[in-house]
Amino acid sequence: MAWRTREQVTAVIRQRRRRTDRLAERLMAALSAACVLLVPLIAAALWLRAWPILRTRPLGDLLFSTVWRPQQGAFGFFPFIMGTLWVTAVAMVLAVPPSLLTAIYLAEYAPPRLRAVANPLIDLLAGIPSVVYGVWGVVVVVPLVGQRVGPLLHRWLGVVPLFRQDNPTGYSILAGGIVLAVMVFPIIIAVAQDVIRAVPQGLREASLALGATRWQTVRNVVLRRAWAGVMAAIMLGFSRAFGETMAVLMVVGNIPQVPRSILDAAYPLTALIANNYGEMMSIPLYDAALMGGALILLAIVLVFNVAARAVLVRWVGS
Amino acid sequence: MVPRPRISRRKLEELFFQGLMIISTVGVLGSLLLILGTIVWRGLPALDLAMITQTPKGGYYLGQEGGILNAIVGSLYLALGGTLLSMVASLPIALYLHFYAARSRWAEVVRLALDVLWGIPSIVYGAFGFLLMLWLGMRASLLGGIITLAFLELPIMARGMDEAIAMVPAALKEASYALGATRFETAARIVVRQTAPGLLTAVLLAFGRAIGDAASVLFTAGYTDRLPDSLLSPVASLPLAVFFQLGTPFPKVQERAYASALVLTVIVLVLSVLSRWLSRRLTRHVIR
Amino acid sequence: MTEPLIEIRDLNVWYGTEHALKGITVDIPARQITAVIGPSGCGKTTLLRSLNRLLEETEGTRVTGQVLLDGVNIYDRGVDVTEVRTRVGMLAPKPFPLPMSIYDNVAYGRRIHGLPVLDKGNGRHLDRIVERYLRAAGLWEEVKDRLHSPASGLSTGQQQRLCLARALAVEPEVLLCDEPTSALDPISAQRIEEQLRAIKTETTIVVVTHSLRQAHRLADYLIFLWLGELVEAGPARQVFQNPRDERTRAYLAGDIG
Ligand SMILES: Nc1ncnc2c1ncn2[C@@H]1O[C@H](COP(=O)(O)OP(=O)(O)O)[C@@H](O)[C@H]1O
Ligand SMILES: [Mg+2]
Repeated sequence: MAWRTREQVTAVIRQRRRRTDRLAERLMAALSAACVLLVPLIAAALWLRAWPILRTRPLGDLLFSTVWRPQQGAFGFFPFIMGTLWVTAVAMVLAVPPSLLTAIYLAEYAPPRLRAVANPLIDLLAGIPSVVYGVWGVVVVVPLVGQRVGPLLHRWLGVVPLFRQDNPTGYSILAGGIVLAVMVFPIIIAVAQDVIRAVPQGLREASLALGATRWQTVRNVVLRRAWAGVMAAIMLGFSRAFGETMAVLMVVGNIPQVPRSILDAAYPLTALIANNYGEMMSIPLYDAALMGGALILLAIVLVFNVAARAVLVRWVGS
Repeated sequence: MVPRPRISRRKLEELFFQGLMIISTVGVLGSLLLILGTIVWRGLPALDLAMITQTPKGGYYLGQEGGILNAIVGSLYLALGGTLLSMVASLPIALYLHFYAARSRWAEVVRLALDVLWGIPSIVYGAFGFLLMLWLGMRASLLGGIITLAFLELPIMARGMDEAIAMVPAALKEASYALGATRFETAARIVVRQTAPGLLTAVLLAFGRAIGDAASVLFTAGYTDRLPDSLLSPVASLPLAVFFQLGTPFPKVQERAYASALVLTVIVLVLSVLSRWLSRRLTRHVIR
Repeated sequence: MTEPLIEIRDLNVWYGTEHALKGITVDIPARQITAVIGPSGCGKTTLLRSLNRLLEETEGTRVTGQVLLDGVNIYDRGVDVTEVRTRVGMLAPKPFPLPMSIYDNVAYGRRIHGLPVLDKGNGRHLDRIVERYLRAAGLWEEVKDRLHSPASGLSTGQQQRLCLARALAVEPEVLLCDEPTSALDPISAQRIEEQLRAIKTETTIVVVTHSLRQAHRLADYLIFLWLGELVEAGPARQVFQNPRDERTRAYLAGDIG
């Protein structure tokens, strides 16, 4: 073999480097494409498995029938869909106002030293596993709702069906909502705070320099500017609450009924799937039904994502 | 008579909302501390050395001898495996978004997909993983759990890395290009080193999510009282250990559920502190 | 010198441990334009922001001494800071239009002070006020057809004049301007200067500027700062033509700074 000249060697190296670069690009592009295809892939997999039940029953029946008797082949998802929506709604109603107020307080009012303590704590708590929240729910929240909050609500607001207590156990939508709310506090607070602090200081000062109070500045200027980001923070919290399984399953009662009151038990979709995976192969169509449940969850997530994006684009656009 | 100070409406409003904010902050921080307090208070009495050094013996679930070492080891294996697998996909995707697809439509599509994936409930990942395994002819196993967790972790990690890499000043990239480095060399040598703390934070965040997730491993990893001896054997996990023990009718076992929850919490908190400490250490090598 | 409106007495400001203003004592005359000059980093902005207590918005600042507005120390405990800022308006170096329409930007100050309640008697009153101050800032003709479109759509020069209108609409006694034209093109800068000259019959104006020519054009009274200290203050003509301090002389000659 002849000695290669310096130029030849550099040329070879350069070629090799360029080839590496191109190879890397292709690999990375393939991974990204796979990632984009993952959502349709999941949907397709669930769809295929749920096909036996989708094929034999009209979609309207599946979504709006309230009868759930797997042994007799009756699969009405309505109670479970309602369970999911109720628990999530109660969680968000309980979580959003205090989270936003806390985020505003920490971003705009709190002395730096409090912030330096509170934020690491909030980060820490964002990482606590949901099953731990569930344990807390069972030990603290359920008895609290069953014995104190429930009767109180029933006594004072019981005329409104929403607050009637016919279920003294405490395993209820309210308990699930409280546990989920506390679980999403850290998420909403952390993101909302980042967004609020990203508002330029000059804008704040422009308002303050006109003699506005701090709250007026927050309400009229800071929040108006940070609105889209705050909505995104709420959405993240919503996603987390909506898809939560364990923490909810442990405290919500798991009775397949269409709830009428926040003190009723409910049976969210996630809990349905988790509770019955063991026997799903032993009853005909049961596995198809449970995969159909997962498909419904996925569909709601997708619809919600698209809707939220559309709304945000419109707001930010104006 | 001293003239009464006139408190204007806007002052009242200010005070009112400040009051609300302080109440909220105290309430939020208080409830979060309450959780920690509850877990420690209920978990500590039942926690002993046997709990974390032994696997369940016969009759463990009736309140007799044993521990949850199977779940601790299982959870660590699952989360570690899932994190490694997810990293292999996340880092290239995050780099791709900034080096090869920067500011393109396609990058936006990938980010959108990651956002959607972020919002997919873990039980849906569990169901998907289960179906995958059915098709592959696998049983519930460590490998099945790892694959499912990798999917679950992917959006968390990739988005975190994406954000970390976005912080790199353009000038640094350009300086590297100006020296004749290819995009891959710039990405792999300069930018990965520069953003190491951010990347690590993303990885540990995803690890924390994985180790605490029960719904996705429910279908795919199974549960067993033995330590896993191969990738294809079923494996226990801490969240499920908590869940199953709490579901038994025996107070003694329920107490062990609290202790297991405490172990899980401690692992996650240690991880979180570790991540802070590591990222501070790594930051020393970062050029600003 | 006319009656002083603002009397600064032994004012010290620290940012953390950095002593940014050192024992400033000076009077600012009413209804004139006072220019604050000096090399960058000498404390001009700090001085200005101490006059409406906006310094408090920066973490870690400490202020000692007095700033008397009409004889009342604005740093006294009982003084309401929003009241101070209502009486002492401000124009920042860069325009920061609020995230709302042009009209709402100008009306903002009056609304937050509850003034539209007074304006209610005549439905059109607020409209007229907005118009008046947009005219005063020399912006009316350019925006009268799009009052309700977002302020962010204006050019930088227009935005700065909008900020001027917004500040004036609160009818402050004092207007603080921190390098108000530094971000603007020459034409827009000239407009702002014209408006400032036009309103000085009613308003006391303090302008920070790094441009000696601008100081020449605008100032009735001059304050020269150097490394956080007051070197010289006096009627502009006198300081320009006959500076007493060697450092002022050197700075005006362009030898330092
Ligand atoms: N936010 C701040 N934190 C710390 N030091 C500051 C801050 N703002 C200004 N300084 C310091 O105070 C001094 C005066 O600054 P400034 O009033 O902005 O000067 P000028 O406006 O004359 O350029 C400078 O030395 C500057 O470094
Ligand atoms: Mg300045």
